[in-house]
Amino acid sequence: MHELSIALSIVEGAEEEAARCGAAGVRSVYLRLGLLAGVVKEALLFAYEQACEGTLLEGSQLVIEDVPVLVQCPVCHEPRSPHSLWRLECATCDTPAAGIAQGRDLQIFAMEVV
Amino acid sequence: MSSEPRLVEVRRNVMKKNDVLARALRERYRRDGVFVVSLVSSPGSGKTTLLEKTLTELGKTHRVAALVGDLATDNDAARLARSGAPVKQITTGTVCHLDAEMVNDALDHWPPSAPDFLFIENVGNLVCPSSYDLGENVRAVALSVTEGEDKPRKYPTIFNSADIAIITKSDLAEAAEFDWEEAERSIQSVRPGMTITRLSAKKGDGMPEWIGMLVDRRERWLRE
Repeated sequence: MHELSIALSIVEGAEEEAARCGAAGVRSVYLRLGLLAGVVKEALLFAYEQACEGTLLEGSQLVIEDVPVLVQCPVCHEPRSPHSLWRLECATCDTPAAGIAQGRDLQIFAMEVV
Repeated sequence: MSSEPRLVEVRRNVMKKNDVLARALRERYRRDGVFVVSLVSSPGSGKTTLLEKTLTELGKTHRVAALVGDLATDNDAARLARSGAPVKQITTGTVCHLDAEMVNDALDHWPPSAPDFLFIENVGNLVCPSSYDLGENVRAVALSVTEGEDKPRKYPTIFNSADIAIITKSDLAEAAEFDWEEAERSIQSVRPGMTITRLSAKKGDGMPEWIGMLVDRRERWLRE
C-alpha cells in the first residue's frame, strides 16, 4: 500500500501550486490517473483524506479521472486500445504492443481554489 | 480579497520530486560509469539468493556493490555481505517500496569507490515499487516457479515496468509442475518482447547466461 505516499505527494504538489497562484484555500484537486500507474483509486481516495489533515487542503475533494491504457501498435502506427491490461495486443489487429502510449499518468491537471 | 472559488489549470506530475531525483541519479551513475540493476519480486521468490550468487560470480571480474531494501530486519544485508561485496541496507520501516530519495541518501559517501555494477534489491512487493523510478538502467522482475505461471497477468503493472524477467528456482520446476511455455506466454502478454531468462541460483543453472546478459548490457551502455 503506497497510496499514502502518493497522497502525500499530491498534497505537497497541490500546496505548492496553490501558493504559486496566491490561493488561500483549496476546494478540489483534479487528478488524471492512468490504469498502469500502479495506484488503486479507492485506496488513494481513502489516503487522501488523511494526507490533507492539518494542511491547506483539509476538507478538499480529490476528483479522479481515469486514463485508459493505449498501446503503440507497430502495424497500425497509431495509439490503440489493447485487449486488456493482461493482454497487451492491439485490439484492432491483434499485434503485440510495441510499447505503452498512454496510461501511466499520475498528474494534477486542475485545482479549484479560493 | 475575493473568496470566489476559481478553477486553475495545473500540469503537475505527482511523481515530479521522485522523477527529478531519479534523473539526477541517472546522470550521476553515468558520470561514474556505474551500471545500476534493480530487482523486484514478491517475497520469497529467491531475490536474495540470486543476488548473493550474482555478487559472488560477477565480483570475480567486476567491482560490484548492493543496496538492499528491507522493512525491518538486516537479514538480507547480512546474507549478501557473505559475498564479500560492499552491501548497505535501507530500512524502510513500514514503507513498502524504495524511492529515489532513499537511494540518494544511501549513496552519500557510499560505496567507498564507484563500482561497475550497483544492484538495488527492492522490498519484496509486486505492487508498490512499480511507481518509483530509481534511475536504474535495468529493472529486473523475478518470478519463481513455485509462484504459478499466471502471476504476470495478475500484476501487469510491475511486469510492464520491468526490462528483464527472471524465472528463478528452475531446479524446482518439475516438482512444481511448472509450465514454462505458459509462464512465458503470460509474461509476453503483459510486456510483449520482454527478455526472459531462466535460472537456479542455488544449483547454478542459467547463472552464466544471466551474468553474461548483465555484462553485455553494461558494455552496450558504456558505448552509448
